[in-house]
Amino acid sequence: MAIWSRNVRPRIELLASLAALALAASPATASEPAAKGAPPAARALEPLVQANTPPFSDGIFPCSGCHDPKAKVSLERRQLAFHDDQQSVLKHGEERWCLDCHDAQNRDVLRSAAGKPIPFTESYRLCGQCHGDKLRDWKVGVHGKRVGRWDGEKTYFLCVNCHNPHTPAWKGVSDVVVDGKRIVSPTLELLKPEPRPKRAEEQRQ
Amino acid sequence: MSTTKLPVLAEQGEPDTDEGRRALLKAAAAGTALAGLSGCAGFSMEDFLRKHFRELSPEELKRALAKVEAKNRAAFGRETHVTAEGPQEGVVFGYGLDISRCVGCRRCVYACVKENNQSRQHPQIHWITVLEMDKEHGVDLAHADAFYDAATVPRPGKFYFPVQCQQCRNPPCVKACPTQATWKEKDGIVVIDYDWCIGCRCCMSACPYGARHFNLAEPTLPAAELNPDQHYLGNRPRPKGVVEKCTFCIQRSRKGRYTACVEVCPVGARKFGNLLDPESEIRKVMETKRVFVFKEDLATQPQFYYFYAT
Repeated sequence: MAIWSRNVRPRIELLASLAALALAASPATASEPAAKGAPPAARALEPLVQANTPPFSDGIFPCSGCHDPKAKVSLERRQLAFHDDQQSVLKHGEERWCLDCHDAQNRDVLRSAAGKPIPFTESYRLCGQCHGDKLRDWKVGVHGKRVGRWDGEKTYFLCVNCHNPHTPAWKGVSDVVVDGKRIVSPTLELLKPEPRPKRAEEQRQ
Repeated sequence: MSTTKLPVLAEQGEPDTDEGRRALLKAAAAGTALAGLSGCAGFSMEDFLRKHFRELSPEELKRALAKVEAKNRAAFGRETHVTAEGPQEGVVFGYGLDISRCVGCRRCVYACVKENNQSRQHPQIHWITVLEMDKEHGVDLAHADAFYDAATVPRPGKFYFPVQCQQCRNPPCVKACPTQATWKEKDGIVVIDYDWCIGCRCCMSACPYGARHFNLAEPTLPAAELNPDQHYLGNRPRPKGVVEKCTFCIQRSRKGRYTACVEVCPVGARKFGNLLDPESEIRKVMETKRVFVFKEDLATQPQFYYFYAT
């Protein structure tokens, strides 16, 4: 058993169980983590797995810098005067538009199909509403990318670190620096491969 | 050249035993054959007569490590940290590569070169070879190209199949080595002791994956690009005339870190973990995806698995 215990429980699972606790305040569900052998307080002390920073455009977040949360917002589907970068490439299914995923009032969060707020740092929960199979694979590390330690703390890349949520088909990624932090961001161009290896006859000096 | 009779090993005592071998070598050292060798730059009798890596006492190992650090200092003018960290208890490494995700960008190839101190040019040594294959033909080496040159990848109609050491459970290279300079460790990594490698390249012809590479000339490694975090059986700088190969980044993986190729892959096609841990990524891959091993019919039983996540 010693080797299993080295494996830290991913943060997402912890969040999920905490969320379950918060949502359903019945004593029956509250006993669920205890059944797993550790009280919630002890589990919170375990080293956590970090999700990567969402790749915002430089200086665009928080959105409430421009969008007043108290302003009256029309929910009518329309062409916007701003955010051309996103509008011009929007190709996510047939019917999506901004306010399907972005909260109309509080722009600093996303919004689930059921109308619940979802922070940008947990956008995988939003994506997982439709792409449940991918979310399932991502949680166990089969889909997506992780860096760090195979036996411990690791950083998960968010869906949006590799897929532009407005045009999610994978093209390429690049390293960008946003607010002094180096993060991975999706690009709209395909990757250029590194130089091909030298053939044997080219290796002779 | 001359008509000198070569010594026959059996006449020189019992070379199968350690004492026999040492006696033989000491006897030979007195001869003319070694007189020439000891004049070579960087050659020392102590290195030549060193015991097998697995028979070194902790004290001898410490001396050997310090020696590599001293050599690095002399050759590159830089401080390095050389370890010989052993396998972890209860760990058997497994590697997964998602063929449905790889785009053939070769980022892994160059991250590996940087991490593992390979020779850069003349000879150029890459531990990872990315093959471009036709979707029409599937995994078929008759329709594979390692030298593809493209403006952007992936190219239509093609898929990409990176090949590196498969860390076989039944490694033909280990059987082929006449000096036991290569062996399989407990955690599954097949390692090479560069001091015991005689450069005969038997292992290279035995390997069905082309995963072993030979330093045909003095390796070229700029001092500025030297990775100072080194493992004795892994990425320490190699001399001319020895074979080298992927070690699952032994200097990283033994300390619990992901390999360099896993961390650089832009599509997350590379998975690495402990096969004995049911929660590890590699186990989840094996339990939920379509997995195969390369050249399964050769019964090499790789610890490197290819899979399709879609």
